[in-house]
Amino acid sequence: MTQIHTSPHTTFINSVGRMMTLVVVALIPAMLTYIWFFGWGIVINSVICIVTAYATEAVMLRLRKRPLWPFLSDGSALVTALLIAFALPPIIAWWIPLLATAFAIIIAKHLYGGLGYNPFNPAMVGYAMLLIVFPKQMTAWIPASTGTGWEINFFDNLRYNLFGDLPADTTYDMITQATPMDMLDIQVGLGKTVTQVENSFAQFSQYFGVGWDWLSLMFLLGGLFLIYKRIITWHIPVAMLGTIAVASGIAYLYDSASNPDPLFHVLGGASMIGAFFIATDPVTASTTPIGRLIYGMGIGLITYIIRAWGGYPDGVAFGVLIMNMAVPTIDYYTQPRVFGHGRDND
Amino acid sequence: MRKRWSFHGGLKLEGHKAISMREPIATADIPAQLILPLQQHIGEAAYPIVDVGERVLTGQIVAQAEGYVSAPVHASSSGTVTAIEKRPVAHPSGMHGTCIVIETDAKDEWCELAPHQADYKQMDPSALRNLIRDAGIVGLGGAGFPTYIKLNPGGRRQIETLILNGAECEPYITCDAMTMQESPREIIEGLLIMRHALQARQCLIAIEDNKPAAISAISDALTRQEKTFIDVVVIPTRYPAGSEKQLIKTVTGIEIPSNKLPLHCGVVVHNIGTAVAVSEAVLSGKPLISRIVTVTGHAVARPGNYRARIGTPMHELLRQAKVDTDTMARLIMGGPMMGFEILDNTSPVLKTSNCLLATTRQDHDHSAAMPCIRCGECTRVCPANLLPQQLYWYARAKDFDMSQRYNLFDCIECGCCTYVCPSHIPLVHYYRFAKTEIWAQERDKKKSDHARQRHDYHQYRLERKKLEDEERRRKKKALLKKTQETDNKKDVIAAALARVEAKKAQQQQETGE
Repeated sequence: MTQIHTSPHTTFINSVGRMMTLVVVALIPAMLTYIWFFGWGIVINSVICIVTAYATEAVMLRLRKRPLWPFLSDGSALVTALLIAFALPPIIAWWIPLLATAFAIIIAKHLYGGLGYNPFNPAMVGYAMLLIVFPKQMTAWIPASTGTGWEINFFDNLRYNLFGDLPADTTYDMITQATPMDMLDIQVGLGKTVTQVENSFAQFSQYFGVGWDWLSLMFLLGGLFLIYKRIITWHIPVAMLGTIAVASGIAYLYDSASNPDPLFHVLGGASMIGAFFIATDPVTASTTPIGRLIYGMGIGLITYIIRAWGGYPDGVAFGVLIMNMAVPTIDYYTQPRVFGHGRDND
Repeated sequence: MRKRWSFHGGLKLEGHKAISMREPIATADIPAQLILPLQQHIGEAAYPIVDVGERVLTGQIVAQAEGYVSAPVHASSSGTVTAIEKRPVAHPSGMHGTCIVIETDAKDEWCELAPHQADYKQMDPSALRNLIRDAGIVGLGGAGFPTYIKLNPGGRRQIETLILNGAECEPYITCDAMTMQESPREIIEGLLIMRHALQARQCLIAIEDNKPAAISAISDALTRQEKTFIDVVVIPTRYPAGSEKQLIKTVTGIEIPSNKLPLHCGVVVHNIGTAVAVSEAVLSGKPLISRIVTVTGHAVARPGNYRARIGTPMHELLRQAKVDTDTMARLIMGGPMMGFEILDNTSPVLKTSNCLLATTRQDHDHSAAMPCIRCGECTRVCPANLLPQQLYWYARAKDFDMSQRYNLFDCIECGCCTYVCPSHIPLVHYYRFAKTEIWAQERDKKKSDHARQRHDYHQYRLERKKLEDEERRRKKKALLKKTQETDNKKDVIAAALARVEAKKAQQQQETGE
């Protein structure tokens, strides 16, 4: 029996692989900036994450009796791996990125049915799990290189990550420091004003943090590229960043001594990578235009609440995971008005 | 300039129009054999009124319309009826249909034509409609709805706007564009006849802006004929701008409600080719026996537009257009976005065959579908503003209630969602499947409703019989009881009398002592 082909009888203009490749391309400026300011740690972590991601993906596909090639070549494991690498500190024991990635791919992705079926953002599930289990290792960053101070070279970074060996005459506490978001949280908690904190610690810049400002701008650049390429829409980033700005703006107007200004929150922490690269993960985000606005606002609000009152310095990962749960409900109640269906005579 | 509105979604598609517009419209040869399906329109199939062996003339009715929504079929050339039988016909399912087969005699001898009606303005609109109906005219844009029905405003309804659809938004198809370039006069005449039949207030001709030659040809003709009250509306090239409801939205701003027809809102849309057919039927009395067919695609050596007799086997037309059947991957009737595949190229050209698209392997994608990643690109391009990926989930899960709650039946199957899908999911195929299943369920439900009614009535009769029987029994019993009761009364009286007797006897005994 001849197979009947059905319309449309065209070639396709898009593919999952193309979309994922463009996301990776959009991450390149941020990757280079990260290397510039924080050394080669992210490259080491990326390699560990990518190898783990593809190994676990292949094993899971085999166990689930799925064809390997179409799914290994779709690029989704690569994106998950890179996002985890960006979330981790450059100086960190090798098994932490490995565990985070394996958890993301095995538990968060394949146990829920693989590509397209996972309700929770895999990268954020892996990251959040590690953040809960190893909070100290997960929030200690090395200071950003300014060309004058101490820098860690590739081999020292690799030695520490693989064997836990520190360079001579250094201790772990000497070469790491809290992130600006974390430091502000701690110091304001101790009763200092935002201005005092920002003036007395080296990791702060005029806007947020040394090196971090540039990194955020690179995520913004990559995000705009993704919007231009129609890989993501503006709704989620605008809603999320807008909500963070409004919430932090209200707090700032109320008490500027203990609340940093909105720019600090929008450029700071994981706001930018979260808004453009994590919250916009198509599989786990809302799909309707209005739904995406609500979803983004929810993430922004939860992020700000955790930053202001929660136990963690940042809240993007939890914001995303919590809003992931709400997606089916949001989608159901935000269906667009169908052509020919009136607003009231539906 | 006239205001234009926009509809949600849609796509900018590569037109591929130039390849079939290099040559003027050519006249295709009359084939040795004509195959005339009885069903070339929406509605009831026509019924044959000729017999095998009968000689027929060009333009002679060979099958008569059956009922209101139907259209007659005419012999598209003279010859002898050799068979009335099932033949492969162009249909999405690839099924066969009853056809009248005519061996042509190369004389192309016309029958006596209906008197021409140059003065159609004096005619009653209903007489005009009958004339158009008898000419077998159906919508030539592809849907094939009998035209005379769409020329009937019905009751006292006022038709505000009559639109001629020259959008031709599907890639590759150029039959309307070429007709506009070559026969603007006939188009305008047809439009004016339609206007008279509908008593429409305003007339518009909507043309996509990728057809400058057609736009200027029509505009020039309007100026020459001093028919400037007809507006040419140039609309942006955006697929599916030619879809009826999207077109109405674009040129009038009116959004036809989902459950209504344009007619209900005082708007009627007709195709360019239909207008020409109407003018020929009314002004020269000629029924619909031919149409312009675009033969194009990358497997065609001489792409172009052909005036072909209805019933010409497709392979005859492909031969004239020099289609390389070895490199041809698919033969599609209609455009690449909404057309359907023809599996048997002996199928005849129908009244609705606007285009034969012969593609090569490179025109199609052969990659397997991946899971939906919910990117929402389908939502962005859907001209009906549906949520295609939700519809897909429910269609796949066979959850037809939810499919309908997500307005499955508002899908116009334009194919935009499938075209942009990064996972290459044949979305439209799923929607068609779900619609067909729902229709089948409804048919079954109707059948079972009917069966249930019969069953219920049967039960009712049984029940009634039971009740009647019971009633009869009850009455009988009551009668019996009554007789018994009367018997009892007699007993009581007798007993009382006996007691009285006994007492008397006792007293007598006592006194006697």
